Amino acid sequence: MIRAENVCKYYGDKRALGPVSFEIADGETVGFLGLNGAGKTTALRIFACDLRPSQGSVIVGDIDAVKNPHEVRKRIGYLPEHPPLYQDMVVEEFLAYAGKLRQMSKSQIAKRMPAVLEATDLREVRREVISTLSHGYRQRVGVGQAIMHEPMLLILDEPTRGLDPVQIVEMRNMIQNLKDNHTVLVSSHILTEISETCDRLLVLGHGEVLASGSEADLASKMAGTSRTMVAVKAASESTNEDVAKALRNIDSVSDVSIGGSEEGATLFEVTSRAEVRAEICRIMVGEGHDVLQLARNHRELENIFLKLVKTEGSSDAGN
Amino acid sequence: MRAISIIYRKELGSYLRSPVGYLIAAAMLLVCGLLFQSQALGKEAKLSADVLSEFFRFCSGCTIGAAIALSIRLIAEERQTHTIVLLNTSPVRDAEIVVGKFLAALTFLAFIVSASFYMPMLIKVNGKITMSQVLVGYLGLILLGASVLSIGLFASALAKQYLVAASLALVLIVVMLQLYPLGIKLDEPLRSVLQDLDLWHKHFGLGFMKGILNLRDVVYYVAVSYFFLLLTTKTLEAKRWR
Repeated sequence: MIRAENVCKYYGDKRALGPVSFEIADGETVGFLGLNGAGKTTALRIFACDLRPSQGSVIVGDIDAVKNPHEVRKRIGYLPEHPPLYQDMVVEEFLAYAGKLRQMSKSQIAKRMPAVLEATDLREVRREVISTLSHGYRQRVGVGQAIMHEPMLLILDEPTRGLDPVQIVEMRNMIQNLKDNHTVLVSSHILTEISETCDRLLVLGHGEVLASGSEADLASKMAGTSRTMVAVKAASESTNEDVAKALRNIDSVSDVSIGGSEEGATLFEVTSRAEVRAEICRIMVGEGHDVLQLARNHRELENIFLKLVKTEGSSDAGN
Repeated sequence: MRAISIIYRKELGSYLRSPVGYLIAAAMLLVCGLLFQSQALGKEAKLSADVLSEFFRFCSGCTIGAAIALSIRLIAEERQTHTIVLLNTSPVRDAEIVVGKFLAALTFLAFIVSASFYMPMLIKVNGKITMSQVLVGYLGLILLGASVLSIGLFASALAKQYLVAASLALVLIVVMLQLYPLGIKLDEPLRSVLQDLDLWHKHFGLGFMKGILNLRDVVYYVAVSYFFLLLTTKTLEAKRWR
């Protein structure tokens, strides 16, 4: 369990963060979402024991990070915005050095190294000098140093920054795999990525937590509605109108609109007051329709985020 | 202790891996050799002890230059390349970081300085000097180098860029080298205080350079090194967890 209570960070008179309070359960993956200057990096640096909070407490496990930062540092892996890499070192040598700094013995490092190289897909370049690697590989080496000592909490600050689309997908998959063994805090500007990777989102603005919850929670909190895109190939004796009617019969669905067709299937946009994907799937299959695609509207998180930030902006203007 | 050893080996490795380490070594040995040939040996006949003394005078200047060049990158570079975050978020104490880096730089400097050993050996072969004179001179060079390294390390901890660190170190060292001539112009007790604090004249120029081993000179250089290493540690502490 990781707990932040009334955490504030001031640089002189300027408030960079807080007061913020939240809890993160073991094994959870939490995304920090916010515009530049929202306080994401400050919050992550405080959790990584790189910054001392001006007020409040941070508890990691049962340890108070303010009173005992060294103990907390042993349990944390941190990838900052700029990966801390020694350009002249060989990948394997650097990972071993990172492990040694986190008090791992030689035998522990030797035992752990194959798993880290595997998890970060660095096996091929393990004997190469870091300065010769591409940006994507360097980012992976950064993740490698963070997971070398099997930390309970893994903090990734904008891990996809500067990566090309292929590398972004690879990094996302890597984070998905890391979720199994670590509690993960990740920040990013790429909203869809955050929604795909994280169990829960913390939306930060002006140093404060504006909202917290899953994408669906945030959607229902903000708009009271959720939008789902479903591509259905109607059963031979049914029409698109029959499909729309079946969708409208679902309890929390408030509206169904036909959005066009794709590869012989018709796209329906379902507006509901709650998460209905499982129910849609069940009913469509039950009525003999083929479901070719079922997804939350990919623009939804973006809309939620913009709404949250705008709300905060206008309340600031009001003040 | 383990953290010191980890950082020591890593830093020593980076001196040996990077061309900068070899460039510093080559530059120091080249200048030292040229000065030995042109100034220390000279054309006219000299006593072997005077030649040795002259050699250590030039060699101490080269050692100061090499020590500044080796030390300014130690922490400033970590800040410039953002690798300081790795150290800051690892369970390593600031004193361990400072001592590990200092010992690595001192070891490398000792390698470079000892590579000039053939020059006093040439004097010994052709003249009359004792081995102890040579060893005392080298002990002085190492102690002087250690003091300059600690000053450079302190400057490196204060600055974010090499150039700023180098300028700071240079200013500090020039000030400490000018305390003796400045003291001459003042009355007692300020005269003695400043002259005792001088980095070179009193402790190296009148002691080690002439093959004289005084405990107070050894204590002085150890104290200067300790003082600046302590300042470096406190600077890192103040910048790290705040």
